[in-house]
Amino acid sequence: MTWNARILLAAAALVLAAQGAKADKADDTLRIGWGVDGVMVNADNYYGATRSGIWFTAMVWDTLIYRDPTSGEYLPNLASGWNWIDDTTLELTLREGVTFHNGEPFDADDVVYTYNTVSAPDSGVKFQRIVNWIDKTEKVDATTVRIHSKGPFPQALEFLAGPMPVYPNEYYAEVGTEGMSNKPIGTGPYKVVSMKPGEEYTLVRNDGYTWGGPKGMAKIKNVVIREIPDVQTQVAELLAGGIDVTADLTPDLVAKLQGRPGVTAEMAETLRIFYLGMDAAGRTNSDPTKNPKVRQAISHAVNRQAIVDNLLGGAPRVVNTPCHPLQFGCDESMARVYDYDPGKAKALLTEAGYGDGFTIDLYAEAPAHEAEAIMGDLAKVGIQTKLHRLPWEAFRDAQVANKVPLWLANWGSYSLADAAASVSVFFNGSEDDFAQDTDVMEWLKQADTNTDPATRKKLYGKAIARITEQAYILPTFSGVRSYGWDSELNFTPYADEIPRFYEYSWK
Amino acid sequence: MLPFVAKRLVSALLTLLLVSVLTFSLAHLAGDPAIAVAGREASAEDIERIRAYYGFDRPIVVQYLSWCAKAAVGDFGMSYHYQQAVSDMLVARLPITLSLGIAALAFALVLSLPLGVLAAIRRGSLIDRLCLFLAVVGQAMPTFWLALLMIVYFSLTLQWLPVSGNSSWLNFVMPTIALGYFATPALMRLTRAGMIDALESDYVRTAWAKGLRPFTVLFRHALRNVMIPIVSVSAVQLGAMLAGSIVVEQIFALQGIGWLGYDATVRSDLPVVQAITLIIAAFYVLLTLAADLINAALDPRIRVT
Repeated sequence: MTWNARILLAAAALVLAAQGAKADKADDTLRIGWGVDGVMVNADNYYGATRSGIWFTAMVWDTLIYRDPTSGEYLPNLASGWNWIDDTTLELTLREGVTFHNGEPFDADDVVYTYNTVSAPDSGVKFQRIVNWIDKTEKVDATTVRIHSKGPFPQALEFLAGPMPVYPNEYYAEVGTEGMSNKPIGTGPYKVVSMKPGEEYTLVRNDGYTWGGPKGMAKIKNVVIREIPDVQTQVAELLAGGIDVTADLTPDLVAKLQGRPGVTAEMAETLRIFYLGMDAAGRTNSDPTKNPKVRQAISHAVNRQAIVDNLLGGAPRVVNTPCHPLQFGCDESMARVYDYDPGKAKALLTEAGYGDGFTIDLYAEAPAHEAEAIMGDLAKVGIQTKLHRLPWEAFRDAQVANKVPLWLANWGSYSLADAAASVSVFFNGSEDDFAQDTDVMEWLKQADTNTDPATRKKLYGKAIARITEQAYILPTFSGVRSYGWDSELNFTPYADEIPRFYEYSWK
Repeated sequence: MLPFVAKRLVSALLTLLLVSVLTFSLAHLAGDPAIAVAGREASAEDIERIRAYYGFDRPIVVQYLSWCAKAAVGDFGMSYHYQQAVSDMLVARLPITLSLGIAALAFALVLSLPLGVLAAIRRGSLIDRLCLFLAVVGQAMPTFWLALLMIVYFSLTLQWLPVSGNSSWLNFVMPTIALGYFATPALMRLTRAGMIDALESDYVRTAWAKGLRPFTVLFRHALRNVMIPIVSVSAVQLGAMLAGSIVVEQIFALQGIGWLGYDATVRSDLPVVQAITLIIAAFYVLLTLAADLINAALDPRIRVT
């Protein structure tokens, strides 16, 4: 899509006399455009696993627990309370008086059926990590369930508040994932009126959403969501009043849209982090990156603040930890900070025996402006890079084939605010771990399975200290998501990249 | 006529078989489908599980043959991403792409035939120059650029037409022009050149000499001979439009097979890619076959060769 991005920008800029976007206040309909990252292939997001599927899920379904995106606090949602009976057993009391959109009352059977279905080993759920911590879910009585985890699993609440909606058991048993996708039934603030898969979804406010959940009754009555794969078309729709909000913009488009009457555009920091990965384990036969001094040199050579200021409009922050500082356990004070110091970088390279520099392959996802800036920085200290600009799939292909010694990548942690979803993913000793540090693996394993928050934090801290000391990766900056909306709309972006469409209202 | 038809049919079938083999091997050469199917943020174990689940670990020949066996009876399998039968998805989306393609071809013909004939009759005139200008612009301007300019002008400035979607016929106006204009230069130049040749030929001179009306000479005698290459080229252009609608469908958010094909290619949704490639190839083959048959009907000499 990049081939036409720049050109349409120029064209969009021609429309100096763009009329202010027409608000859809009159018919109380919020028109959402999404789909640049790919269409929502399956509204049942256990199987669809798309970003837009997460947004859709938040509108139509509920989770047992709700994580307040501002305070980070866990609030009762479908579950009115919970407590750990032992290290592996979480007992939840369910709220009474909640009904699904089809009239089926919500009770323990729904929770038990949903979770046992998706956590079955042969369920085919796309991301196993989301569900495979559950051993089984059992009903105690109509309003009490117990979730047994396979081992101590302190992130359970974060998962239950995240990608684990509860489905109506009778309906789900009858229609399966395809039926759930074609005609979704949930408890959430919006009910589905019609679905044209991969095209358009129409929702209406669930007026029965009166049981006091933290999401609250939806403010805007109707929602129409359209899949629009081209971001330029989304911009045109936004300017023409065809859509009221998009969360798919790019930073350069935000700059173009700012100051245009009737439209507001903004970048907001997300839980995503970018990092420069280095093959410390020598899986690619890359000699330089096996040497910690070289990795430290690279870390000192990259001017991260300049990239944040010049390429990303100052919206994200420089990140020094292999996790997002907003995540639990991500203690910034434990991280070694590599300030921008080309002199030091050169000295370290000389110490490591690479005084004359070396040449290395750098992989990045297209369009890779940030990678180009990094190339320039590295060249200044004598490291020549050959840039491989690839679509994500091809990059991943090359990485699995052990061809990637140095790479710029990003990680969204499934929007989970826990270091277990980032640090532990990078350094757990799996195929995706390019450090293979056995100490780190052990600390993380303990941290991931300990139920005492203080102990967990200490263990993650230990791992962060070692990882940054050894410079296994260079965390660079946090991600941004770029939004554009009709100025008549009260819109707030959140760091977990989940717009609360039910919460927005007209001015 | 019958042996001619039979010969063409056999070569059409062989072409399709070849296309399916090529698509299958290219799609697998392009990268590990398990990675793309697993999606972003998938762990190495997720990828491994998907590889086993979809049988990507089997030899490619085995995978191809098992696909062939099903495709032969019309079962194109399930989409990896949509968890829906590919044939259902195609049935739902084909009408959009077909109507767009046919409308675009009609637009191209309506524009290029009269202009081509006029340009040939009034060679060197203002009309001829205008046609040349239209042809050059049409050839030089990429489809997506024209599409974007139209959006800016007709949707944003004038607010006459909707930007994207497929809710009414108005949504198809700009895509039709964007897609059809691209085919106009070739058809227009062909008409003009053919008409010039025909008008200078002996049989047209004879027709004039017989004192026939200009309409009869131009359309019954000259244009009929010009139509043979135009029919062939139109058929190929229609095929190209079905394939070329990928860009147009994406810009205008039209849910046809073009966009589906693009999305599927990006995500390595192989059953969808296979089916769409085969269907577009089948259209090409059918259209060429149809063009051959129409030409054979128009010109008896073709039947003999």
